[in-house]
Amino acid sequence: MPSSDYDPASLPDLLPLYYRRLFPFSQYYRWLSYGGVQKNYFQNREFSFTLKDDIYVRYQSFSMQNELEKEMQKMNPYKIDVGAVYSHRPSQHNTVKSGTFQALEKELVFDIDMTDYDDVRSCCSAADICSKCWTLMTIAIRILDRALQDDFGFQHRLWVYSGRRGVHCWVCDEAARKLSVAARSAVTEYLSLVKGGDETIKKVVLTEPIHPFISKSLEVVKEYFSRYALHDQDLMGSKESVEKVLALVPEDARSYLQQEFEKEKKPEKRWKLIKEEALRKQSTAKKGQYFENEIMLQYCYPRLDANVSKGVNHLLKSPFSVHPKTGRISVPIDVSELDKFDPFSVPTISLICEELDRPRPGEEKEKLEDAKEKADEKDAIEKRKSRDYKRTSLAKYIKYFDQFLDGMARSWKGERLRNSDLQKEF
Amino acid sequence: MQFGGRKKKISTIPQSELYGQHLQFYGQPPLENISLSEFETFAAERLKLLKTVENLGVSHVKLTDPYRRKLESQLKALNFPYRPDADDKKSQSGPIEYEKRRKDHISHFILRLAYCQTEDLRRWFIQQEVDLFRFHFTELVPKQQLAFLHKNNLHYDTISSEEKTALKDQLINSSFGVSGIKVMEHEFYKVPFQDALDLVRLRKVYLKQGYAYIPHQDIVTIVLNDFRTRLSKALALTARSLPAVHSDERLQPLLNHLSHAYVGQDYSIQKNVGKISLDQIDSLSGKSFPLCMRQLHQSLRENHHLRHGGRMQYGLFLKGIGLSLEQALQFWKMEFIRGKVDADKFDKAYAYSIRHMFGKEGKRTDYTPYSCMKVILSNPPSQGDHHGCPFRHSDPELLKQKLQVYKVSPSGINQILELVKGMHYQLACQKYFELTHNIEDSSFSLNHPNQYFLESQKLLGGGKDIKREMDAPQRSQENSASKGSTGTQEVAANTSQHLAEMTEDLESFFQEA
Repeated sequence: MPSSDYDPASLPDLLPLYYRRLFPFSQYYRWLSYGGVQKNYFQNREFSFTLKDDIYVRYQSFSMQNELEKEMQKMNPYKIDVGAVYSHRPSQHNTVKSGTFQALEKELVFDIDMTDYDDVRSCCSAADICSKCWTLMTIAIRILDRALQDDFGFQHRLWVYSGRRGVHCWVCDEAARKLSVAARSAVTEYLSLVKGGDETIKKVVLTEPIHPFISKSLEVVKEYFSRYALHDQDLMGSKESVEKVLALVPEDARSYLQQEFEKEKKPEKRWKLIKEEALRKQSTAKKGQYFENEIMLQYCYPRLDANVSKGVNHLLKSPFSVHPKTGRISVPIDVSELDKFDPFSVPTISLICEELDRPRPGEEKEKLEDAKEKADEKDAIEKRKSRDYKRTSLAKYIKYFDQFLDGMARSWKGERLRNSDLQKEF
Repeated sequence: MQFGGRKKKISTIPQSELYGQHLQFYGQPPLENISLSEFETFAAERLKLLKTVENLGVSHVKLTDPYRRKLESQLKALNFPYRPDADDKKSQSGPIEYEKRRKDHISHFILRLAYCQTEDLRRWFIQQEVDLFRFHFTELVPKQQLAFLHKNNLHYDTISSEEKTALKDQLINSSFGVSGIKVMEHEFYKVPFQDALDLVRLRKVYLKQGYAYIPHQDIVTIVLNDFRTRLSKALALTARSLPAVHSDERLQPLLNHLSHAYVGQDYSIQKNVGKISLDQIDSLSGKSFPLCMRQLHQSLRENHHLRHGGRMQYGLFLKGIGLSLEQALQFWKMEFIRGKVDADKFDKAYAYSIRHMFGKEGKRTDYTPYSCMKVILSNPPSQGDHHGCPFRHSDPELLKQKLQVYKVSPSGINQILELVKGMHYQLACQKYFELTHNIEDSSFSLNHPNQYFLESQKLLGGGKDIKREMDAPQRSQENSASKGSTGTQEVAANTSQHLAEMTEDLESFFQEA
């Protein structure tokens, strides 16, 4: 496996190569300029870098793409975070009159971290992930992506693998970027169903009426529940696990089920018993009758880090940043191929650097073409760069990112036309 | 707003259109000339109204029948608009109603000037205005509510029956208390989700493509939020143009008075001068003093000194309960001498200021004891001070300890702390009154330390004398109010003069000891 080649100690050598020849600067700049619709949008954006020896620098800002490139190639950051678009250039925030330097806009973002599910996954814990619990991320993306699109009307959503144990979502619509703190908080609450910390046993409680959002989310969970929970996580298998599940069931049903489970050992059959008991309750009881759904949601529903989403000025790890511990690149996830996404086949920085040096079939032909196009030097450098990443496993992810940007570009064009009409520019 | 002396074209909008309904969003400021006396009167009366709203809001569950009845009677008493009986169509138009609506309009904007200055003031003002608006809006029937919204360009779009049919199940399941029948019979509004955050946050509304589908019953929440947001923005803007307003010398003292004002009895008229003897003060402080004064008295006894803020607050209070100037001089001198101050220094440095308090020096204005509002809102205490309102200014832990020392029961302390947490400082003090006097329900609404004292004395058998004296000044104020604007003007002018001068003079004159 390529990942086993990655050694964190080699980062200082790999990063310069990555930032010189592989990092997709032009796509990155294209993204954060948002079509130049708003003046100084890129210039007023805050970046933060984590350098070697954990040195952290905030309020980095750049006036153009090549300034960003030069700085990154000079500093070789271990981590890159993206923050808000401010009222002034972040790098000059100390010169601004106190109180007037303010975060104005930022993408609506979400951070799903596998450690938040430690109480409900039996295969791994803490920073570890495996293919069994990765399903939780798949479920999370399915549920949240649907809601962000259907309920909130957001069209431009970028899901990114964080590099180790989770995923991030960047909602880039103009309306999303302009959301107030109160609005972000309201959206986050709307999307939250699992509530409570270590002391809370029952983290999901459903009451009538069951909102369509919850029903639709349950539909997604049900698609995966049997394979993920009953099979992969063996929810109804071990005594310990069964006890935890039964703790979520109302007392009267619990004792009955405990008895039945003495006789019935098959996980599928046990779950069926739970479903039947829940059904029975629904026709008689006024409350506590949704426990079957509540269990499914507690074990599978996405757990958001609210603090990440609420703040306009919150800094979040950048797409295409490297994860120093795993070496994996934070790549965009193709949602149309979601079930096929495998975090363990995401390229590491060592892999793609290695791929750079490998000769590829057809390369001789490319070299000839390069000689022909000596006309524009800059163009040639760009072309070489684009051929560079195209030779690596990074290619397909950058291509997907390009498509994402194309989708947004259509709306930028309209905006630019509208603005130039308003200003009577011809 | 323009004031007499400057000629400006008066708005030519016809009367009926200007105030078409009895409630409004206060989007447009008034554009007419107004006399200073009307300015003062309108403002003072609206302030009274808002204070009623505040009191009712904490002593009743909002919008219940008793709440509505009491608020409506206050609206009537102060001549503000309110919803008439359905069959009383005549009173909805015509000059009388017009006057009420005009007053409502103008008074709101005047109070904006006074209440935009600090975060605390703004919060208070917005809270009361939102509550008042909620009262008015919920008094309307749905048809009238819709008409109001449309008139104010809030074209929350309603959805068609086709759309309702298509979304019927989702709509039923999204909002509490909405049945299939209700969906078809009642209106649903389509609003961008950003305008319905409270409903979105609690997932109490159906969302589709960025729009919230709100049943009519929930539209009140939306409208109130809209009102609140607009008012908040408007106050921020108003604050920025305040320097220009303050440069008008006629307005500045009035506005200051309004934001610190206690509208009602000011305890400056002393009917029981000399009835208290100095040796009674210690026992009175435990029995009948509000916590702030008890605290000040105790500090004075312990330290033989009080700093300026404390001397003012406590000194004026003592004047209010009936201490004469001679008694006051004796009282302070006796205590200060025990400390680091000798008799000569006292006569030189402190006696003058006490005589000033009684109006015997300088401008010779007779200063009025501070109201709760003034104590709570202005001049917060710093290190070494003992003045202020303990419910507002003391750290809750210290307040708790103090109450324990004063032998308040643990459950009582908890009740008080809850009120403090909800920022209901005067109610907390009232609760303190009830607990220390062993009664269930104090029959008054506390807003002045001297009122606390009088009520306490009344309860403890102070007798009819004090009661009569308390009623008399209040009645005389009400009489002058009904007599017409001149009467109120005089009283209001006096009080405003007092307080204006008090704030202006004292600050500049006295120095910290």
